[in-house]
Amino acid sequence: MTTRSLRSLSGALKPLFNGHLSRVYGVSACNQRHKSTYAPPPARYGGRHTVTLIPGDGIGPELANHVRELFRFCCVPVDFEVVNVDSSMASEDDINNAIMAIRRNGVALKGNIETNHNLPPSYKSRNNLLRTTLDLYANVMHCQSLPGVRTRHRNIDIMIIRENTEGEYSSLEHENVPGVVECLKIITKTKSLRIADYAFRTARAKGRRRVTAVHKANIMKLGDGLFLECCKEVACGYPEISFDSMIVDNTSMQLVSRPQQFDVMVMPNLYGNIVSNVCAGLVGGPGLVPGANYGEDYAVFETGTRNTGKSIANRNSANPTAMLLASCLLLDHLRLHAYASMIRRAILSTVTETRLHTADLGGQGSTSDVVQSIMNAIQSTGPQTLSI
Amino acid sequence: MWSCQTDSCPSAFCAAHPQRQGENIPPPAKYGGRHTVTLIPGDGIGPELLNHVREVFRFSCVPVDFEVVHVNSALETEVDINNAITAIRRNGVALKGNIETKHTMAPSVKSRNNLLRTSLDLFANVMHCQSLPGVQTRHKNIDIMIIRENTEGEYSSLEHESVSGVVESLKIITRNNSLRIAEYAFRLAREKGRRKVTAVHKANIMKLGDGLFLECCREVASGYPDITFESMIVDNTTMQLVSKPQQFDVMVMPNLYGNIVSNVCAGLVGGPGLVPGANYGRDYAVFETATRNTGKSIANRNIANPTAMLLASCMMLDHLELYDHASSIRNAVLTTMNETRLHTADIGGQGTTLEVVQSIMRFIQSKGQLTSDL
Repeated sequence: MTTRSLRSLSGALKPLFNGHLSRVYGVSACNQRHKSTYAPPPARYGGRHTVTLIPGDGIGPELANHVRELFRFCCVPVDFEVVNVDSSMASEDDINNAIMAIRRNGVALKGNIETNHNLPPSYKSRNNLLRTTLDLYANVMHCQSLPGVRTRHRNIDIMIIRENTEGEYSSLEHENVPGVVECLKIITKTKSLRIADYAFRTARAKGRRRVTAVHKANIMKLGDGLFLECCKEVACGYPEISFDSMIVDNTSMQLVSRPQQFDVMVMPNLYGNIVSNVCAGLVGGPGLVPGANYGEDYAVFETGTRNTGKSIANRNSANPTAMLLASCLLLDHLRLHAYASMIRRAILSTVTETRLHTADLGGQGSTSDVVQSIMNAIQSTGPQTLSI
Repeated sequence: MWSCQTDSCPSAFCAAHPQRQGENIPPPAKYGGRHTVTLIPGDGIGPELLNHVREVFRFSCVPVDFEVVHVNSALETEVDINNAITAIRRNGVALKGNIETKHTMAPSVKSRNNLLRTSLDLFANVMHCQSLPGVQTRHKNIDIMIIRENTEGEYSSLEHESVSGVVESLKIITRNNSLRIAEYAFRLAREKGRRKVTAVHKANIMKLGDGLFLECCREVASGYPDITFESMIVDNTTMQLVSKPQQFDVMVMPNLYGNIVSNVCAGLVGGPGLVPGANYGRDYAVFETATRNTGKSIANRNIANPTAMLLASCMMLDHLELYDHASSIRNAVLTTMNETRLHTADIGGQGTTLEVVQSIMRFIQSKGQLTSDL
């Protein structure tokens, strides 16, 4: 049976079996895990969750520390298992440890691990290794105009769903003839169907009206043509959501002139990278947008644009908003919704204060000021923390 | 395959360079001093805009004759596009509208525009994005020159499905083409007095491919010590472009990134109706709108913006060394752009194409000594 017929069958029989279908039909039905059957990673004794923390390089460690500080302040029942990954080492032991830790815990929060260009090509990108090994096939980034941040465009609310494991990021390159390099871009039917299904399901769950597929099928007819076909196929199963497609160059031009026309966008890996960076730039920069990587069994949260920020590391000038909002996404994933909304509210109220804006937003505030202000906001509104 | 080192560069190669160095020869003018230029109307708004170009040229008594070659995008055979290519080989210069590529046709039907570019080896696509004074945009003072490799990269049209449901698309990067385009970029930057060249890449992921491209750029950069060279990853580049585009000067990049970055820049300066583009090869040059839009939805409604196509025709006149005509038409177009009441729909106005063209012709008439009262 194909995945699709399994899915439709499981959908039809769902009311009868009440979500126990996954055990009957095995692995394939688990591929399409609907929100109602989703179980968060098991909490240990005492009701506390363990989450893997990968500090990464650049501004990663200091921001991860702020997250821990904040969680401790709010008494969030999360314990962090810190796994350091040294990006200058050629061996893959570090990243394999990290992957094992994520397999153990089910959830992770990470900073970006630097990929040094000067190392030989056999040294793969650690972030990429992590994503492909754990099969975190969907990268979700929600770009929204924040009220306190002044940008050239207003009222942006775009959800970008990017295929995270194949496409141009297969790291398959070879040089058969000296001076001629071939890079393979792989597009498969199964993964395209999977990401398209994820996109439409998410759109439905969030009450979105429209999904746009971004592609370059006029040039890459077989590759992006297959992707587009898969999206169209999945779209038929969601009649209440309108589906259209747009070529990537036109999309980027529309994004800089009229970004309000987009609602949910789904696309292969490289276009997703570029489009998500454009959108992040439109809503205020890399310091504001969180990103999430979802797989079948694991979820990893990080900043949306995956910047290492080497040049601003350890100077107390990085914007902690993106990482803190990513930690709120983490809390939502663990179903600790009360904590998530409390922290998110505090962050959004802090970001409206112009005098606390960090350098990337045009202000002069420091990271610790922002975090302090967030903690003050939580203290003043939350019932759980007493005055310290 | 010849290599593109400056010292061993044959003079014929320099002929493709748009800025003449003395040893460069424009396409030969026929008897009577008139040039013949191939004209490919294309689809969508192409035919009407090219008609306007012909109108303006006739009005200004430009010594150019157009040889019109139609390419039918609905046919599967390549006879049409081969005729067009032969005509361009004959004349050396062309002005074209975009030919539509229907997604519904079989994958063996290659993109006609792509075929043209690769057969004629038009390796450099040059696009100059400048903020125009009369057009209101969110960013001001943009002046970016984008040089995009035009023949290889992701546009090799090499795809196959070895296993059912798994498609492999090949992206080809070669040392020769990368050196060639980098050399072109630096030479152009030097000639135009530009200070900085930025190479856009994704070498952290595509280490061999974009790594080779970056290496070639660095190699060429060492021969131009007066020009600063830097590199930037494409995702960071696009984010910087939407926040602070003024930091960029000249940008050089492989094919797909060039496509996306040039569209972002076109959007920043006012849209697809304003920016002209040029494709230069060793022996041929083809001019068109920079963002290569067919504009099917606005075809034949008299609302398309003719600026891009007219500025492209001015670039063509510069290429043919008809500088006076080029500047007179260009001035007329830019002056007309300042008048807000003549703005077409894409830049927020309600003017029609015809009004814009007539205003341009009136301006030429008032300024030029070549046209007398009609």
